[in-house]
Amino acid sequence: MVNRQQLLEKYEAEKNRILNRSGDIALGKKEILVCAGTGCMSSKSLKIIENLEKAIKDNGLDIDVHGTGCFGFCGKGPIVKIMPDDTFYSEVSVDDAEKIVSHLAKNEIYEEKLFINPDTKVRATTTNEIPFYNKQVRLALKNCGFVNAESIDDYIGAKGYQALALALEKSPQEIIDIIKESGIRGRGGGGFSTGLKWEFAFKNKADQKYVVCNADEGDPGAFMDRSILEGDPHSVIEAMAICGYAIGASEGYVYIRAEYPVAYDRLVKAIKAAREEGLLGKNILGSSLDFDILIKFGAGAFVCGEETALISSMEGKRGEPTSKPPFPAEKGFWKKPTNVNNVETLANIPQIILNGADWFSKIGTEKSSGTKVFALAGKINNVGLVEVPMGTTLREVIYDIGGGIVDGKKFKAVQTGGPSGGCLTEEDLDTPIDFDSLIQKGSMMGSGGMIVMDEDDCMVSVAKFFLEFTEEESCGKCTPCRIGTKRLLEVLVEITEGRGNMKHIEELRRLCTVIKETSLCGLGQSAPNPILSTLEKFENEYIEHIKKKKCRAHSCNDLIQYLIDVNECVGCTACKKVCPTSCISGEVKKIHSINQENCIKCGACKSTCRFNAIVVR
Amino acid sequence: MSKMNITIDGKNIEVDSNSTILEACKKLNIIIPTLCHLDLHDLKMVNKSASCRICVVEVEGRNNLVTACSTPVADGMVVNTHNIRVMNARKTVLELMLSDHPAECLSCSKGGNCDLQHMAERFGMREIRVTGKSQSTYRKDKTVSIRRNLDKCIMCRRCETMCNEVQSVGALSAINRGFDAVVAPTFEVNLHDSVCTFCGQCVQVCPVGALTETDRSWEVIEALANPRKTVVVETAPAVRVALGEEFGYEPGTNVTGKMVSAFRQLGFDYVFDTNFAADLTIMEEATELLERIKRLKSGEKDVNLPMLTSCCPAWVAFIETQFPELLDIPSSVKSPQQILGIIAKTYFAEKINVDRKDMVVVSVMPCLAKKYEAGIESFKEDGNPDVDIVLSTREFAQLIKLSNIDFNSLENEDFDNPLGESSGAGAIFGTTGGVIEAATRTAVEWITGESLDNVDYKSMRGEEGIRIANLKVKDLEINIGIANGLGSARELLEEIQAGNPRNLHAIEIMACPQGCIDGGGQPYHHGNIDIIKKRKQAIYEVDGKKTIRKSHENPSIQKLYKEYLGEPLGEKSHKLLHREYDKKERV
Repeated sequence: MVNRQQLLEKYEAEKNRILNRSGDIALGKKEILVCAGTGCMSSKSLKIIENLEKAIKDNGLDIDVHGTGCFGFCGKGPIVKIMPDDTFYSEVSVDDAEKIVSHLAKNEIYEEKLFINPDTKVRATTTNEIPFYNKQVRLALKNCGFVNAESIDDYIGAKGYQALALALEKSPQEIIDIIKESGIRGRGGGGFSTGLKWEFAFKNKADQKYVVCNADEGDPGAFMDRSILEGDPHSVIEAMAICGYAIGASEGYVYIRAEYPVAYDRLVKAIKAAREEGLLGKNILGSSLDFDILIKFGAGAFVCGEETALISSMEGKRGEPTSKPPFPAEKGFWKKPTNVNNVETLANIPQIILNGADWFSKIGTEKSSGTKVFALAGKINNVGLVEVPMGTTLREVIYDIGGGIVDGKKFKAVQTGGPSGGCLTEEDLDTPIDFDSLIQKGSMMGSGGMIVMDEDDCMVSVAKFFLEFTEEESCGKCTPCRIGTKRLLEVLVEITEGRGNMKHIEELRRLCTVIKETSLCGLGQSAPNPILSTLEKFENEYIEHIKKKKCRAHSCNDLIQYLIDVNECVGCTACKKVCPTSCISGEVKKIHSINQENCIKCGACKSTCRFNAIVVR
Repeated sequence: MSKMNITIDGKNIEVDSNSTILEACKKLNIIIPTLCHLDLHDLKMVNKSASCRICVVEVEGRNNLVTACSTPVADGMVVNTHNIRVMNARKTVLELMLSDHPAECLSCSKGGNCDLQHMAERFGMREIRVTGKSQSTYRKDKTVSIRRNLDKCIMCRRCETMCNEVQSVGALSAINRGFDAVVAPTFEVNLHDSVCTFCGQCVQVCPVGALTETDRSWEVIEALANPRKTVVVETAPAVRVALGEEFGYEPGTNVTGKMVSAFRQLGFDYVFDTNFAADLTIMEEATELLERIKRLKSGEKDVNLPMLTSCCPAWVAFIETQFPELLDIPSSVKSPQQILGIIAKTYFAEKINVDRKDMVVVSVMPCLAKKYEAGIESFKEDGNPDVDIVLSTREFAQLIKLSNIDFNSLENEDFDNPLGESSGAGAIFGTTGGVIEAATRTAVEWITGESLDNVDYKSMRGEEGIRIANLKVKDLEINIGIANGLGSARELLEEIQAGNPRNLHAIEIMACPQGCIDGGGQPYHHGNIDIIKKRKQAIYEVDGKKTIRKSHENPSIQKLYKEYLGEPLGEKSHKLLHREYDKKERV
């Protein structure tokens, strides 16, 4: 492709095919979309595609099957959609493929695999009828779930690369102004103005500059960036080229963790396709822009998500942060001005250029424009990937989209911001989700992890879980993080194992404050947050652990006992048979008892007992 | 340079805009505690890892505390260095550090010299409120030169910066993550199997007891106590200008006379001078150089020039591991330490009729690589080493204290003969440029056949890492290169590999920045580079005061050749005074 005209011609040729697939027009041709994201792939979605294709062939039908990016409703995967009808099948198995096709041949719906609304018990035929999707607005995930990530034609048919073409007709400063006016802030965690970041890199003069895409997504349970790269890699490539043009860089790098093989694979294919189409390389679209993208592998260290550590790692050095200033925009990769943006931030850029700063800034709130993708996990019914406008409340996300708490249990807290964030409670549920409100409530946006907890979750253990993570992931460079996180973890272990004392609470507070204030990088500065926020909101649980040696959630093994309820036990010996340490004694039809000394609190007896005779205290 | 106004602890000051808060504080005589920070600007080393966090200060308007050592000043900045928030943070950071540091100060060889210990003292640390598991799982690693106690490492990264950025050796880097992070060779191999040259600069900058020399002073006491042994000591030129610091003398005080006296009091049978061996080195090296130049002049192709000096064992280890393809160009002369050892155990042993097996040669050196050098197999005869025990300047000072000697009250004494007489040329071996200046004094006289009046080659003296001196001697142009610090050595070697564009004929290389005066075995300078400058000045004073200032004019040397060795590069000289090099493959 040598110019914008050719790009638009290609778009014209491809667009109806894509509109049919997105359900916006009906050409009369059916298409089957199957989620080919890592989550559904692990539930054999590729085999489903294979079986679908075989069944179509056997039935002599003319239907295309496409592996697409993530639909978001991961808890109900694998997901298969029939377009343009928008029929939504969930929890599809490889054996369902034939039935789906045979129903399709008769123009029928395969009722069995339709999603059942848990409230109304009614089967939803189309996506629109599923509450999970109701409040979502997909910008970063716009193309995820209907374009084939491995087809550049699909992306072009979905207006792909038009933002780049448009950008090349503007001046770099004009592009930067659009990004600034859109109000978009970094989606990686910090929430710094993307436009300002670009402007700093633009203003620093150098013979060489770099654009870096930070795909080192590391929060436990988070997979926003992975899904974008797996489902829509071209949006990131396009955004990087736009950024390259804006700041004056001719080289881009994607720093991606080696644990993302599918994303890597699709990214490599996408870069190759973009090069072949002349959308990367020399004189892109007939302009003066030369821009190409290379990939750098990360070994999966969490700290490498911090931009200076990421740059160190890219240079082949140990992945550890350096003091700022100098900021990467001044001295980054190979000491040249470098702009580092996270995947999700970049995925928004083409939309902003195409639709304008004004359009984007009207989505979300005044100071946090646009949307945010969250990986919804924990004790929630609808586990998956959601994208909502900023300003949506936590309650809307957890109850309206997430479908509430599993088994109708009581909501206890929600952790946002991953290991850097904090816990929010019932009283915070109406907090609008935006960068500043979350910080004000003692948590943070982070990169988008959202873990919901119920009454069975021990808050001291939650803090311990995150500290285990940060202690493990600390690079070890600075004293407060290297030794401090270790000490914090040690104190939490003491408390959860029943050796805590009240001085520990004081010590936690003191260490947390100092670690926050003195650590070198964001990892250490935010590592104490899970402790500080649980201490603030659930100090009573800490005190219970210490003074009463009690864990109300029954999750701290050293503080609980499995006991036999003498009123309920019928002497069936079922528990005795499953006990791995043979610590249950008792004869048939006689009340059993548990030897506490040998009990390892595995819970096997409790889950086996049919008479509710095993109690935990 | 533009200026900025900042306020620190209520005091205003104008500083250069590229200053750090720490530098601004210094101007106001505010002494911020630092541990990892080390600014050896003249040696071109600044450790700016900002990793210990002990120097945190509060900058108004910023959420977190910032490190004074790495944070640049900004106009209008308001800094508080000792409010309760800062003091609490600093104290807690130190407590964290101490909670993971073995409290072995009583038996630690850095005791009294440890920056962490000083810090605890300064903070009045009477109780460490933070406790927990310590990093004791790490094994210790002991080579003949350097001992690593990884459980004492505070991750300041000074050694790593020194090893990689200044010395360009690349033996040390941080490994493992989080609490288990330490500085170690690749794959955690022993230092002995790494590319380490044993220069000891890491030991010199280590603020704690994580890196120290391998102490052998007790073996000296045992040898001295053994009536069957004749114990000989030799000592290098750089020791006498630094030893006094251990006894409260001003840096740069020449304590040669008291040092010799101390040796005698300790009970050494003969006190010899490595400077004598340095003169002998020059006889061989200058001959070798002139011979190579002669071959070049006669039109011979592929003459192995430039000739590199070979006195420094760390430098020899460096070329053997990093530039094995250049091993034909160094001079084949042994180092002065080894030359004194072999002459003592042959010529002198025969003279006093002692079997070499009954002679113990102790060497007191400013250097840790000399310990490694003395252990090289080819420097032994039937397993008996030419030099038996090598002590650092620091270990020697320790030995004096241990033996109840009041160093300051000692009378000046002279070395024993015949291996104690030396020229000024031998003395300047201890500083960068000295070896090549000494060689030049001799070579020039040999070329011209005339007596040289002014022996001070100022063009060869200086502080820069690489210096070039061009000499014209009759019709001969000799281009001389000087490198100090292995990083500078690497630069020159790469230049030679690229075709020797400056047409250098001889290059002096010393592994340590500024030469042996800043050796890895010298009293700790604690980052004060003025000390090194004063030692250097003292070395040149020793030279200046000598009546004999050229190696070939040393009567004992002349006598040695006449009685025993024959000619420089002759058969016997070659056998005793020259060596071969081995390519070494290490990681």
